[in-house]
Amino acid sequence: MTAVTKRSALTRLSTFVARRRWLKTTLLLGPPLLWLVVVYLGSLFSLMAQSFFQLDDFTGIVERTFSLDTWKRFFDNPGNVPTAVRTLLMATAVTLGSLGIAFPLAYYVARYARGRIKTLLVLGVLIPLWSSYLVRVYAWKTILSNEGAVNWVLDHLGLGAVVDFLLGLPFIGGNSLSTSELGQFAVFTYVWLPYMVLPIISAIEKIPRSLLEASSDLGAHSPTTFRKVVWPLAIPGVVAGSIFTFSLTLGDYIIPQIIGDSSPFIGLSIYLFQGVAGDLPQAAAFSFVPMAIMAVYLTLARRTGAFENL
Amino acid sequence: MKGRMRMKVRSIALFGAIALVVAACTQTPTTTVPPATTVPQGTTATTAPPGTTGTTAPPGVGAGEGALSIIAWAGYIEDGTTDPAYDWVTAYESATGCEVSVKTAGTSDEMVALMTEGAGQYDLVTASGDASLRLIKGGTVQPVDISLIPSYAKVDERLQEAAWHFVDGNHYGTPYQWGANVLMYNTDVFSEAPTSWSVIFEEQTLPDGKSNKGRIEAYDGAIAMADAALYLAAKDPALGITDPYALNQAQFDAVVALLRDQRQLAFRYWHDVFAQMEDFKNEGVVAASSWPFQVNLLVAEGQPIASTVPAEGATGWADTTMMHAAAPHPNCAYLWMEHSLNPVVQGDLAAWFGSVPAVLEACGASGLLTDTGCATNGLDSFDQIRFWKTPQADCFGAGGECKSYSNWVSTYTAILGS
Repeated sequence: MTAVTKRSALTRLSTFVARRRWLKTTLLLGPPLLWLVVVYLGSLFSLMAQSFFQLDDFTGIVERTFSLDTWKRFFDNPGNVPTAVRTLLMATAVTLGSLGIAFPLAYYVARYARGRIKTLLVLGVLIPLWSSYLVRVYAWKTILSNEGAVNWVLDHLGLGAVVDFLLGLPFIGGNSLSTSELGQFAVFTYVWLPYMVLPIISAIEKIPRSLLEASSDLGAHSPTTFRKVVWPLAIPGVVAGSIFTFSLTLGDYIIPQIIGDSSPFIGLSIYLFQGVAGDLPQAAAFSFVPMAIMAVYLTLARRTGAFENL
Repeated sequence: MKGRMRMKVRSIALFGAIALVVAACTQTPTTTVPPATTVPQGTTATTAPPGTTGTTAPPGVGAGEGALSIIAWAGYIEDGTTDPAYDWVTAYESATGCEVSVKTAGTSDEMVALMTEGAGQYDLVTASGDASLRLIKGGTVQPVDISLIPSYAKVDERLQEAAWHFVDGNHYGTPYQWGANVLMYNTDVFSEAPTSWSVIFEEQTLPDGKSNKGRIEAYDGAIAMADAALYLAAKDPALGITDPYALNQAQFDAVVALLRDQRQLAFRYWHDVFAQMEDFKNEGVVAASSWPFQVNLLVAEGQPIASTVPAEGATGWADTTMMHAAAPHPNCAYLWMEHSLNPVVQGDLAAWFGSVPAVLEACGASGLLTDTGCATNGLDSFDQIRFWKTPQADCFGAGGECKSYSNWVSTYTAILGS
């Protein structure tokens, strides 16, 4: 008897909800929207608001009154522009480097690899993600050190001069592979590579074989087919991957602490302002830089239809 | 001191050989405190009527409240779980009935943050000099009545009224341990100890005939600007630097110019002790500012390493056990401060941490710290050490206008990025 009442109550409730579209939508989207607006956008706005407060140098306490002082100091700081440029260049280089390695690999996996080989290749890309990021970065520091594995192998192959030459180059060189921009580039590329490979695989897998056959039937050579058919259809995957590699490099503050010559990146600067100097307004002001860069990047990416592939 | 232990956690996986030591320092001796049921009934330390002493309590301190919560550097409060030989908690717990729980912090700034947000939650903090004044100024810690801490008389006289915890006639806590930022060098390159910090500040030819360019390191923290200021104070007396933590604009500019030159010489900047050791072993770095901790470990590994305090002196850190203004267990806190000054505790800790005890009796009292232990860790260099304190815009009341700590941080970051 009670069961029947319960069921009918439930049925009536579901009918009630089903007949009112607005209610259904509200119940479905309400919680996630609330999350998005209040928690996500809310914290974003409170962060932005912080940059209009200022730090009292005497007491070290943040004064919660409107002021443009923080922004003035932000633009006066001679270190900020080089830091932003360095980070931007590295993020671009890492994205291009990852693309160069990821595309052929992804193409092979999506088009030619079958069965066990395919599983092995995909696993090979994924397995590094199972171990700690920090362990991998520290391992690279040892590998790239002056007396590390890379130098040892090259020395024994008689290629020690190549390393010396590369390290002697301006901008990318340094005292050791582990403190040079070159080393930093290698480690960033290694760490973020899987995020580039996977979206490209899924994009290429979606290209119907019939299109390639049609291209070939119409007399196009492989390079032409690649240029006119494969590449345009793979672009959404490439862009999706590049969003990962670009934004992850832009925000990273661990690798520049371990690999490289201690030159700060944007993320590291923000961390120092907030975590060490206790200057939250200054950190908030600096965090506008990566937000602005990503906003531009995402706007451009959207035009390529990349978001349909995420 | 900053970041010391946090970095250790990162390094564990890599440095298997010294994993024992590392693990020892990273594990936090956490004894869970039973929830608030044991929290104070009545007598607080400062108001305790005479005579209401617990079994081991010094006169004037009431019975313990059953729990004590401490914010500390990892490895600073050991209860024997990492290494049974290193235990200065168990005896305290059984004598006072105060169960100790430890919250470890990785940086001075983290400590300040935990304290400001932890009213009613934490009793004590082992604050370095670059945090202690901030805590005092912010009203986060309370003055302690040293007449309730009989062992205070045994504290090294030079530390009893030190500027980083003795303010306006009030004692804000008890000294715990201290150490110097020494000049670590490779003995294969330097047959004799370098006599000046100039080896890490100015380009020169080292005894092995090669330049120091790319073979030196400096500390990756704004407080390292004081190292440069200390060097300039001796090198260029016309600048009139008397306190490396109180720099006016002209002095600050000179320091910045020196550090910009150093930027060209530095292999990199270190804040991770194990990464620095790695740089000395595998990257050909031969001289750097460092801590006795790394020196001891490298020497123990048989590396050609030694350290010195050059003629200009050195900066250093001195930690103080400070009491939260809203400490929930004041009696246990007082009992701990008394216990922490016990010579054996002090000696064991110094042996564990590579630091110098605040109580000189400790130098002969601990079996773990050998007779020469205090000297090895830098006891004799006290007068040459300018201890860390947070730079303040008011020049610590000395008059004039000084660069504040936030200036230091943004400037140092800019130098590293140039």
